[in-house]
Amino acid sequence: MKFERYGIGIARGLSVTIRHLLRRPITTQYPEQRLNISRRSRGNELIWDENKCTGCGTCAKACHIGAIHISTSTNLVDNKYKVEKYEVDTGCCIFCGLCVEACPFEALFLSYDYERSQYRRGDLVQTKEMMMETPERKVSGYFYPGRAAKLPRQSLLVNNDRGKT
Amino acid sequence: MAMQMLPPDWPGNFWAHWAIFAVAVLVFVLLMVIVFIWFERRAMAVMQARLGPNRAGPFGLLQSVADALKILIKEDIIPARSDKLVHWLAPVVAFVPALLIFAVIPFRGGAILADLNIGILYIVAISSITTVGIFMAGWSSNNKYSTLGAMRQVASVVSYEIPVVLSLVGVILLAGSLSMQQIVAAQNIPFILLQPLGFLLFFTGALAEINRAPFDLTEADSELVAGYMTEYSGMKFGLFFLAEYAEALAISAIVTTIFLGGWRGPLLPDWLWFLVKVFIVFFVIVWIRTTVPRLRIDQLMALAWKFLFPLALLNLLITAIEILVWPAVSLWVFVPINIAIAIVLVVLWSKFFKLGWGKVEV
Repeated sequence: MKFERYGIGIARGLSVTIRHLLRRPITTQYPEQRLNISRRSRGNELIWDENKCTGCGTCAKACHIGAIHISTSTNLVDNKYKVEKYEVDTGCCIFCGLCVEACPFEALFLSYDYERSQYRRGDLVQTKEMMMETPERKVSGYFYPGRAAKLPRQSLLVNNDRGKT
Repeated sequence: MAMQMLPPDWPGNFWAHWAIFAVAVLVFVLLMVIVFIWFERRAMAVMQARLGPNRAGPFGLLQSVADALKILIKEDIIPARSDKLVHWLAPVVAFVPALLIFAVIPFRGGAILADLNIGILYIVAISSITTVGIFMAGWSSNNKYSTLGAMRQVASVVSYEIPVVLSLVGVILLAGSLSMQQIVAAQNIPFILLQPLGFLLFFTGALAEINRAPFDLTEADSELVAGYMTEYSGMKFGLFFLAEYAEALAISAIVTTIFLGGWRGPLLPDWLWFLVKVFIVFFVIVWIRTTVPRLRIDQLMALAWKFLFPLALLNLLITAIEILVWPAVSLWVFVPINIAIAIVLVVLWSKFFKLGWGKVEV
């Protein structure tokens, strides 16, 4: 005998919905509440360390989009390349992270930041000054586990963890 | 309980009474519709573990106001090959009857626009006119989705009108009057206890008549875009939206008046009891909407004709026998009897309920 047919199924469904009345919402009110994103997330900008960079251009060669423009001049005093121009067009960049993995001197990182929308396409081009690591512009742990360990743990809604509010 | 039908200080002049209540009803309906829209969205959201509208005003209370403003200033698009006059008239024809229902709803003892001696008949007659408006909208839009939605609406209303009216007759037999005021006065025991089956049938049928889920085939958004409203925009769409919620409010008020004892109740003032009961009924409507998925059109028709209609007839028969054969017995005796009868009948009839001679899954 299938009791679902005698209104029991509907009654069971109604009890499920009424129990949800007492449940906490699982949504996050975004601008006020933010979840901690993954420590290894690929944020939408690149961070570059001027002191470690030798201007070898491996990153630009690894980039199959051609989003990285690097031009260098020889500095005869230090017997080193001087990076004159380092620009990344993050409008073209697909954040694959190949440049970060290719860099032999650990000078290039992906950022932990994900709120970088602009009104103009040209504003998306990062120049040298816009690629420095600052307290606001954090480095993601992508490809660098040591860096990842320093970042806060990702907050998961299944653990009812809203992280920073 | 001594019942005073009209408070002594009530505005006695016919025209004053008329004017005051006409305005009061309008304000009541518009305000309650705004509150209901917010209430429904919020309650549904909480049941789905969301928050619902929470930006405009405290707790998002002004969300409906913002929506109304948006609708008011939107462009009014009329399809090029539509029947312009009918297209223009349809929202009015749909909305006005929903408003007219409130003429016979008693908000408290004596607080009623017109205490018609045929109150229920008036409601049944007036509320069906909305269907004409909806069919006008569907036909004049010259759009297949609109026409399909409107035709489904007509089919469902014509079918469900019969069990709804038959289940009301049981109440009329018990109260001995068609006047809403008298029905409330007769409810020393709320009729939901004396007519549990009648209540179930009326509530189900009423949900189908006002196109609430799970009977919202008329505007099934996943199959028919928006049903008869597809080609409407701006304030005309707003009027349809208003009519829909005014009908939900009307059904809540009618259920309150007929089955839940209207404005009668202990401790709290009359009008507050009325409001509280209306909100409870509307909450149940929303609760059902969040729970039950939409029916197919054949299930909708079969439910009306094979389930509700015979049960409504049986309910009427049983009520008539009870009243004719044992008129002297206290009504309290019939409360457990009627509840038992309702359960037995529903279970028995669900066993017989089949679609396509048992070939189609219910």
